[in-house]
Amino acid sequence: MEWSVLQQYGPSLLKGFGNTILCWALGTVFGMALGLVIALIQRYAPRWVTWIVQIYIEVIRGTPFLVQLFVLYYGGPLVGLRLDALPAGLLGLTIYGSPYFAEIFRSGFRAVPDGQIEAARAIGMSESDIVRRILLPLGLVSALPALVNFSIILTKETVILSIITVPELLYQVQRMSAETFRYVEANLVLALFFWGLVETISRVGLRLEARITKHLIERT
Amino acid sequence: MLAASSVEMRKVNKYYGKFQALKDIDLSIPPGKVTCLIGPSGSGKSTLLRCINFLEEYDSGEVRIDGQLIGYDAPNKKMSGRRLREMRRSIGMVFQQFNLWPHMTARENVAEGLIRVRRISKADADRRASEALAKVGLADKSASHPSRLSGGQQQRVAIARAIAMEPKLMLFDEPTSALDPELVGEVLSVMRTLAGEGMTMVVVTHEMGFAAHVADQVGFMEKGELVSVASPDRILHRPEDARIQSFLRTYHERNSF
Ligand SMILES: Nc1ncnc2c1ncn2[C@@H]1O[C@H](COP(=O)(O)OP(=O)(O)O)[C@@H](O)[C@H]1O
Ligand SMILES: [Mg+2]
Repeated sequence: MEWSVLQQYGPSLLKGFGNTILCWALGTVFGMALGLVIALIQRYAPRWVTWIVQIYIEVIRGTPFLVQLFVLYYGGPLVGLRLDALPAGLLGLTIYGSPYFAEIFRSGFRAVPDGQIEAARAIGMSESDIVRRILLPLGLVSALPALVNFSIILTKETVILSIITVPELLYQVQRMSAETFRYVEANLVLALFFWGLVETISRVGLRLEARITKHLIERT
Repeated sequence: MLAASSVEMRKVNKYYGKFQALKDIDLSIPPGKVTCLIGPSGSGKSTLLRCINFLEEYDSGEVRIDGQLIGYDAPNKKMSGRRLREMRRSIGMVFQQFNLWPHMTARENVAEGLIRVRRISKADADRRASEALAKVGLADKSASHPSRLSGGQQQRVAIARAIAMEPKLMLFDEPTSALDPELVGEVLSVMRTLAGEGMTMVVVTHEMGFAAHVADQVGFMEKGELVSVASPDRILHRPEDARIQSFLRTYHERNSF
């Protein structure tokens, strides 16, 4: 092992890691937001709208992320969508994650007992208040473990962005390997960074879960 | 005395697909009176009750609250959501499963409707919520979440949630059926108080004692039909219809040992 190369490549690796976190965080947030919108559409929109959304879900879930990125990045300009690598990567991650997040929200919503929704209707609450005050908070709680889990899966999908030259961690690691032939060290750095990221997310997730379910667990 | 609503149901029919859950229901519920609905499970009691606040959409006939048609502007023309919500504001409902919102404290459960529906300020809503909780004997539980309350306490919070809205009509769907026997009394006693204040109440129940002592009229349902509506005495003690007799016989057999 030869760790001295890290002195030279450390800054670019750190920058790559920064980009990885950025892509992951924004891709997750936007993907969740889009997923939430899709889940709400599927619950409330007219039949024909839900069919269109369903086709979107099937297409995105039925194709590899890599292919979606290629289509977006190299095919986009053909229809006037010219994006730099980073925004293209972010948009790709958002789209890729959205149907999975939508599915997670959908089952979270389904876990909210009908009776609690009916109780709100019975006192005359509007559907939008019901969504904001009852469906979302309770649905989110049941969805939380799956949301955290899929966010962790998404961390690993960010490496695919290197293929469209997003300068994230894998991209930097590959550059370093190619220039120094220090494959082992480079990939150890990659593993270490990802382990740290995943560990952090799951710990934060567990804390969050413990905090917001505190009042919801029946005393036995 | 509270302002109390009347309910008129005329030829109400309700289908679930091909299955007819309500058959030509005619029922008059006078203001300030207690009407109990009894009958075997699956006979349509909940469906009837839920048609009164249009949680269940009836397919034909009329349900009128104080003369005002609920759910429809005209046959086959649904009422707007806004108008329906307005009508529901003055109809309280209590469910078998309580249906409290588990992420809110008892007080928040009660204040929610006041804030969102009645548009009362948070401070006023909290004050009124505390009053409503005091009325059902739960002043000291206002900061507790439902998961920390017994079934009887949860159901009383649910009643407080309904009465805080100052309804003119209260619907109860088997309010004590999910409770351990020793907790039934506290809920029935709150209901008795409400009845004494002149609230119009429609109560689906298996508590024959409550029906006998508190109801002004009792309706017996079977297979989607409202077989008979009469005084508690006529239905519970001197039933003429063979179906009622057989229902009560089964009931008494099950409740004696
Ligand atoms: N959402 C529904 N879909 C289909 N059938 C239903 C539905 N709700 C109730 N039913 C049927 O309608 C009948 C009456 O139900 P319900 O009013 O709940 O009876 P009860 O309250 O007297 O026990 C039952 O046979 C029940 O299976
Ligand atoms: Mg029922």
